[in-house]
Amino acid sequence: MAVNETEKTTYTIPIGPIHPALKEPVQLVLELDGEKVVNTDVRVGQVHRSIEWLGMNRNNPVQSIYLAERICGICNICHPFCLVLAVEQAADIAVPPRAEYIRVIAAEMERIHSHILWAGVAAHEIGFDTVFYLTWRIREEIMDLIELVFGNRVTKAILQFGGVRRDITKEQLPRIRQGLDYYKSIFEQLRRVFLEDETVKMRCRNVGILSREAALKLLTVGPTVRASGVPKDVRQDQAYSAYADLNVKAITPDMVTGTVVGDVYDRIIVRLLEVAQSIQIIEECIAQMPEGPILTESKMPRLLKLLTDAEGEGVGRVEAPRGEDIHYVRMESGVSTLSTWKVRAPTYINLVAIPTILKGMQIADVPIAFASIDPCLSCTNRAIRTDKATGKQSVIDYEEMHRLSVQKTKELMK
Amino acid sequence: MNLLGDNIWINAVIIIVGSGIVVAISAVFGLLYRGVDRKLVAHMQGRVGPPIVQPFRDVQKLLMKESIIPRGAIPWLFTAAPFLAVVATGVLLLYVPLFGQPALLGRYGDVILVLYLLIVPSLAFVAGGFASSSPYATVGSQREMIIMMSYELPLAVVVLAIAWKIGQATAANPFLMSTIGAYPIWTLLGPVGVAGAALMLLALAVVTVGEAAKVPFDIAEAETEIAGGLLVEYSGRNLMLFYLSDVIKAFAMVAVVVALFIPYNLSPYIGVQAALPAGIIDGLFFLVKVFVVMFFSITLIRTGMARFKISQASSVYVLAMTAVTLVGMLLIWIDSMIF
Repeated sequence: MAVNETEKTTYTIPIGPIHPALKEPVQLVLELDGEKVVNTDVRVGQVHRSIEWLGMNRNNPVQSIYLAERICGICNICHPFCLVLAVEQAADIAVPPRAEYIRVIAAEMERIHSHILWAGVAAHEIGFDTVFYLTWRIREEIMDLIELVFGNRVTKAILQFGGVRRDITKEQLPRIRQGLDYYKSIFEQLRRVFLEDETVKMRCRNVGILSREAALKLLTVGPTVRASGVPKDVRQDQAYSAYADLNVKAITPDMVTGTVVGDVYDRIIVRLLEVAQSIQIIEECIAQMPEGPILTESKMPRLLKLLTDAEGEGVGRVEAPRGEDIHYVRMESGVSTLSTWKVRAPTYINLVAIPTILKGMQIADVPIAFASIDPCLSCTNRAIRTDKATGKQSVIDYEEMHRLSVQKTKELMK
Repeated sequence: MNLLGDNIWINAVIIIVGSGIVVAISAVFGLLYRGVDRKLVAHMQGRVGPPIVQPFRDVQKLLMKESIIPRGAIPWLFTAAPFLAVVATGVLLLYVPLFGQPALLGRYGDVILVLYLLIVPSLAFVAGGFASSSPYATVGSQREMIIMMSYELPLAVVVLAIAWKIGQATAANPFLMSTIGAYPIWTLLGPVGVAGAALMLLALAVVTVGEAAKVPFDIAEAETEIAGGLLVEYSGRNLMLFYLSDVIKAFAMVAVVVALFIPYNLSPYIGVQAALPAGIIDGLFFLVKVFVVMFFSITLIRTGMARFKISQASSVYVLAMTAVTLVGMLLIWIDSMIF
C-alpha cells in the first residue's frame, strides 16, 4: 500500500493587538511552519487619535506644542522639538544660543531615559526579569534629574517657538553632574549585564538580522539602521540646534566588536553606547553653554501675531531615540493656526523592516526581535475600517475619507 | 503480594486517610514554599514582593472565579485535564518519602513508577492545552512535549546509575525508595565516585527547574511570547487545579531529589530515640533539605537567567545534561572498578 505523502502546511498565529509582548497595540500576523516564521503581516491602526487634525484646529500653534508633546509619552521632546524647528523655519524665527543648548540637554536626557527603558523592556521580553528590575531602578536617577530640571518626571513642557520656557540655573548644575557621574560609575556594570551575560547572548546573537543592504533598501532609521553598520544620524549628518557645535559621531556596533552582524545584540550595543554618548553630550553642553536670553520673543501676543502673519513651509528633523523624526508644517498669512501639520515618526519607517527582521526566526524570537526596533506605535497610525460581518479590514485613504465626509455633511443638511 | 495485607479494613482505612493527610500537608507546604520562593526572588530583584501567604490567596481567589470553557474547545477533555494533573501529582506524593518518613505506599511502587508519575501531570497539561483550541495553547503544548522528552533521558540516567551502584552494595531491590534511603549514595563511593555523584546532582537540579517549569525553562508558558501558552484559556477552578498540581509537583520533584541524594535523617546523629520527638526533628530537617534544594535549583536559577528558546532548552537537556550524567555515570563505574 502506498503511503500518502502529507503536505506540509503553515498556520497563522496573531500576536496582538493586545499581547503581553507588546507595550502598545499593533498586530503581527505570523505565518508559521512549526516554530519558524515564514511570513509576517504588520497591521497598524489601533491607536489612531487624529492628532494632526487636532493640531491644525487649535486656536494657535503654541497650543499645538502641547499636543505634539502628547503624540508619544516617551518622545515628549523630539516631537515638539521637530514642530518647533519646522515652525521656526516657516516663520523665520531665530533662537538664542543658550536656548539651543537647553534644548539639546532636554533631548539627550530623553534619549538616556528612553534607551534605559528599552533595555528593561527587552530584558523582560527574553524572560530576564531580574535585569528588567535592575535597569528600571537605574532609570530612576535620570527621571529624578528630569524632574529637577524640567519640573516633571515625564512630560517636560520646555519648548517654545524661539527658545525654551525655563532656564537651567547654576544651583541645578551640581545635582545634574552628580546624576551623570552616577551613570558613568554604573555603566561598566550595565555593559557586563547586557553584553557579557551568556543567556542574553544566546537569545540576542544572530536573532532578527537586518543586513546592511536591506537596511539601506528599506530606509530604516535610528539605532536600527546604525546597528546594521550604516552611520546614519541626523545629529551628525544634518546637525541642527546646538549639535552643530558638538561634533556628534554616529555609533555603529563595530566600535565594540569589530564586526557588524545587524542582529538584536548589535542593537543593544548601539543603544548602550548612545547612553554613554548622551552623557558626554550633556556634559559638553553644560561646559559650553553661553549666558544670555532663553527666548527671542517673550511676549505672547506679539509671538502669536508673528505666527499669524507668517507665510511659508518648514521641515523639522530631529534624531529621536528611535530614529529620525520629521515634521512638516505649512503656515498661511492671516491664518492663526497651522494650515498643514504632518508628522512622520521613526517607527513608521522601521515597521517596514519587520517582515525582513522576523523572517526565518522562531516564535520565541519574535518578541525580542520586534522590540529591538523599539516600536512606538502611538505615533504611527492610520484609520482602519473593520467589517464585522465578514471580518475584512481596509484602510481608509484620503479620497475615501473625503467622500464619506461629504456624504455625512449632505445627510446632516437634509 | 496482597495489596492490603492481612487486616484488609484497617490497612484500607490507613491508606485512604493517610493519602488524604499526605496530599493535604504537602499541598500546604508546597504553596508555602512557592510563597517563600516568590519572596526571595523579589528581594533578590530589589522588590518588596508579595506576602508569603500569597499563593494561598491566589488559590482562594481562583476558586471564586468563573471557569470559562472557550467555544471550540473539547469540553470534557478541557475540564478533565486539570483533575488528571492534580490527581497524578497527588498519587506521586504517596510513593516519595516525605518529612523523614518512608513513603506511604513505598512497598508497592519504586522509583521507576515515580519517574512515570512525574510524566503524567505534564501529559495532562499538554492534553489540556491541545483541548483548548487556542493557537497559543497549541504552541505551548508542543513545547511542553518537547521539553518533557528532553529531560527524561538525563533523569533516567541519574536514577539508573544510582540504583546500579546501590544494587552492588545490597541484595535488596535497589529501585525501592526504602533501599535508596538505607544506603545513601555518598557512603558507597570513593572520591572519584563522589565527583560523579556531584555531577548527577547538578544534572538533577537542572532537570528540577524543567519539571517545575520555571525560567529558563518556562518555555511552554512563556508569557511574553505565547501569552501563557498552554494555560492561556484556563480560568477559575480549572486554573486553580493546574496551579495546585504545579506547586505540588515542584514539591514532590524536590522531595525526589532529597530522597535520591540526601536521604539522611537528623535524629540518629543527635541521639534522639523516642518516636515522636525524632519524627518532629526529622520532619523539620526534611523541610530544611527541601528548602536548600529548592533555593539552589529553582529560586537562584530563575533569578539569574533569561528564558531559553525551545531548541536551546532541548539541547541543554539532550546534549549537555545527558553528557554530564554520562560522565557522572562513568566516574561512578571507574570508582567501583578501583575500589
